[in-house]
Amino acid sequence: MTASPRKKAVKEIIIDEQFCKGCNLCLVVCPRKVFSGSNKRSRAGYSMPQTTDAGKCSFCLLCEMICPDLAITVIEENP
Amino acid sequence: MHPLADKYIRKRTLPLIFCPGCGDGTVLNVFLRAVEDLGIFKDLALVGGIGCSGWLPTYLQSDVLHVLHGRAIPFACGLKLTDPRRKVVVFTGDGDCVGIGGNHFIHAARRNIDLTVIMINNGIYGMTGGQVAPTTPLQGRTQTSPYGNLEPPFDVCELARSAGATYVARWTAAHPVQLLRTIKEGIEHPGFTFIEVMAQCPTQAGRYIEGTSDAGELLSLLKKRAVSLEKAKEASPGEMTGKFVVGKLHHLTGRKEFSQAIYDSFPQEKSG
Repeated sequence: MTASPRKKAVKEIIIDEQFCKGCNLCLVVCPRKVFSGSNKRSRAGYSMPQTTDAGKCSFCLLCEMICPDLAITVIEENP
Repeated sequence: MHPLADKYIRKRTLPLIFCPGCGDGTVLNVFLRAVEDLGIFKDLALVGGIGCSGWLPTYLQSDVLHVLHGRAIPFACGLKLTDPRRKVVVFTGDGDCVGIGGNHFIHAARRNIDLTVIMINNGIYGMTGGQVAPTTPLQGRTQTSPYGNLEPPFDVCELARSAGATYVARWTAAHPVQLLRTIKEGIEHPGFTFIEVMAQCPTQAGRYIEGTSDAGELLSLLKKRAVSLEKAKEASPGEMTGKFVVGKLHHLTGRKEFSQAIYDSFPQEKSG
């Protein structure tokens, strides 16, 4: 782990509506507050979060790692 | 679906059975990353006991044993002794590991057999309906302790260390990065590895012991209660009440590993 800021840019944050259970842990752990609540329902009927501003993402991947249903994928701009 | 899930998970078992916001899913997520980073998927053999956490290994497309309540570690010992090249990882819960299988746990630690035991501690028997567990905090209200739990909880890491485990660490579900590093180190460590993961249980422990079923709030509580090794050394005993130490608590190298010792003790066949 390095202390220097990551310079990766984020292209897209995908939240899989088939597996999301709306626990909102991603909202809690995101240091840049990229996620917010929404009215959209997942396949199982839970209220899903949405990405409001993916440009703010610092690519720390905490949301990806904390997601208990492996529903979040953060895609890099130019890997 | 995350690409790692696509690679390692049995698709027909999805979605996971865990309640929304359960810490078990985070452990599975982090474990998949550890497996990917180490590239040991083919050598992996997973054992799960009974309980929510016992379900974890059944989601992976690797070799899996899903066994009797509390008997995950004996099965894993047998597996390791028949094929010492395997990386055997045991997923167990607090009730499974120290409640029902406590005896097996201390003896496996005493032998220093090369297992990686990941114990997910939610402080309650969650799957069976929220009964009091050996790790339920003092005064915790559960279905079987409606006036508050009177029994002091186990410090399982301390138990593992004193029983003879050679790698002992504790993290919470709120520390996925550190947990990933620890799981990788634990799998590589030749000897009995014990990793305790303090996890939130919104449905049972959260609702009855903590008074909230909000997973995010429970995660923040876990983070607040976790005290790093450095801070714990300076803290007074009064400051540590209701909190727990996180980090690599014990690491001993050089002790002989049990399966290796057994194979070494066999009379060598003369080649040719």
